[in-house]
Amino acid sequence: MSKNAISTQKVNFKVFRFNSNEDYLPYYENYTMDVTSEEVVLDILNRIKWDYDGSFSYRRSCRHGICGACAIKVNGRSTLACKESMTTMIEYFGNDITLEPLSTKRAVKDMIIDKADFWEKHAAVTPYLVADIDECPSSENLVSPHDAEELNEADLCIQCGACHYACPVVEVNSDFFGPAAFAAAYRFEADVRDSDTERLANVNEEKQGVWDCAKCFECAEVCPKEINPIEKITKLHQMTFKKGVAKNNVATRHAVGFFHSIKRHGLLDEGGLVLYSEGPSIVKHIPVALQMFRKGKIIMPWNMPKSDKLDEIKKLIKSSSTVKF
Amino acid sequence: MKKLKYALFTGCTAKQSTPEQMMSTLAVAKKLNIELVELTEASCCGASHLQDYDDFLSLVLNARNIAYAEKHGLTMVTICNTCQLNTAMTKHRLDKNPELKARVNEKLAEVGLEYKGTSNIIHFLYAIIDDFGLDKIKEMVVRPLREFNIAPFYGCHNIRPSELHDESHKQKENPYNPTSLDDLIIACGGMNVDYEEKNKCCGFHVELQAPHTAAVLTGNAIAGATDQNADMMVTPCPLCHLKLDTQTKHASEAIGREVSLPVLHMQQMVGLALGCSPAELGLKHHITDVNFI
Ligand code: SF4
Ligand code: SF4
Ligand code: SF4
Ligand code: SF4
Ligand code: FES
Repeated sequence: MSKNAISTQKVNFKVFRFNSNEDYLPYYENYTMDVTSEEVVLDILNRIKWDYDGSFSYRRSCRHGICGACAIKVNGRSTLACKESMTTMIEYFGNDITLEPLSTKRAVKDMIIDKADFWEKHAAVTPYLVADIDECPSSENLVSPHDAEELNEADLCIQCGACHYACPVVEVNSDFFGPAAFAAAYRFEADVRDSDTERLANVNEEKQGVWDCAKCFECAEVCPKEINPIEKITKLHQMTFKKGVAKNNVATRHAVGFFHSIKRHGLLDEGGLVLYSEGPSIVKHIPVALQMFRKGKIIMPWNMPKSDKLDEIKKLIKSSSTVKF
Repeated sequence: MKKLKYALFTGCTAKQSTPEQMMSTLAVAKKLNIELVELTEASCCGASHLQDYDDFLSLVLNARNIAYAEKHGLTMVTICNTCQLNTAMTKHRLDKNPELKARVNEKLAEVGLEYKGTSNIIHFLYAIIDDFGLDKIKEMVVRPLREFNIAPFYGCHNIRPSELHDESHKQKENPYNPTSLDDLIIACGGMNVDYEEKNKCCGFHVELQAPHTAAVLTGNAIAGATDQNADMMVTPCPLCHLKLDTQTKHASEAIGREVSLPVLHMQQMVGLALGCSPAELGLKHHITDVNFI
């Protein structure tokens, strides 16, 4: 058999069903189907609707990975249904496949969710170009290829929400803007034509902003457009320091603290970092610190280990530093 | 088999808040006859925070660490997920971008070093599994952990971004259903526990600025393992370990449910199965009791 021949295998689908107008609780329906290696997840959704239950509901429009409507969760993983091949899903999860909406607690009907929180967060980051535009320009407003590259393809985001509903912080902290909103904020912050003065500060506020990102890389892993939102989040961190708008708070001091510690010891001084970051608030860490001390988990400042060849590290810090706080 | 030899990047935690991790790494390496050359010149990797402040400096410092492994002509082994991420990410970026590599090397030249890109960077977990071999570990087990249900906690930075993992290591790891740590538990004679949070985040990196978020994520992980009847958890990451072992009080408060499980470093689990003594493995340095072992 040639390598590209279409193959078929049996897959058991467990599908989330819920009608918020009628059902008190969601339930799962099982379907067993022969799935070909040609099919994408959206084909399965279509077959459920066409062959089994016409009332089954889901969103889709372009079926080309452009409109961003069709994102759902496959075995807990955010997935763009029209783009993801079933073969890959079977490779990841085997032949028992669970289909759920992006967020079960936001389910309206079957795969359809109320995405209001996503759009509110999106709107909150001023996701458009703020510029004084000459409405009758005498020539084109050109952006050089070099400047366009600065966007790092953040403009390719289709607002599918896959990353947003995969983000553990969005789940816990309802103020958090989330990876897609940050990617959008970056897209305009990085645009040379943009002259907005508040967006960057806004996405750096505690609770809602980039400093609450836990760096779990879920967003990078799931994004069907390879936007890599965590990379954009990192760039937004860096921009605040570069543009001198970084606030002096526990989050920024936590980042800068590494710099000071490495400069002194080569290594991170864990206790010193907490002290530098927290300031007087360090008292709240004392109970755990005492426990740790008793178990030999805390090094006294005078015993702090240092890297060999610390002079090299100091020299490099002096010559290679690119920002100041 | 030729004796395995690596350049060991210890990171900072192993020298401070998780001394047991350093001890158990050395104990296991000795049992397996793996030679570890410690990179004593290495600096902190920046723990994914320095780069938020100064990306270029972070690249230069990490490239310097790798350059020392290259000088030994050895593969670098890390014992912390976040060290693995930062170091491998630096390598990835420099190898892909000759212009950036040249700029970094210009700085390194000031101290007589050069980053070439000749050393691979892998986590010790995968050195044991891929290079040493699970079958051989299985043969060497003298004290199988038969009576224990062990919940693997993988930690984000070893499995995500999966592209980086797969580029650095011999075997791929499925970020949605990782198996390496499960396989290691089984090789050590234990029962691996499957639970939803095994590949999720513990929240360590936002512990200072978002303590509630961090505590909920930790609490969910311990609760998930508990609900699947785990007797203990095991992790390859000292930062996850710190979170799961020392923060149970905050975690319990945050999720409104008392949670606490003994947490072993991956090296301690292997060490126990291979017959190392609790003292060699630093079991006295745990906050959550592991004495029952
Ligand atoms: S706006 Fe974009 S997505 Fe829509 S048709 Fe035009 S190119 Fe395609
Ligand atoms: S890396 Fe940050 S933004 Fe992305 S999913 Fe994790 S916590 Fe959310
Ligand atoms: S960043 Fe990627 S995953 Fe997130 S909304 Fe945009 S396209 Fe979807
Ligand atoms: S699991 Fe915890 S320590 Fe490990 S990488 Fe994620 S946040 Fe960091
Ligand atoms: S249907 Fe439009 S992105 Fe999938």
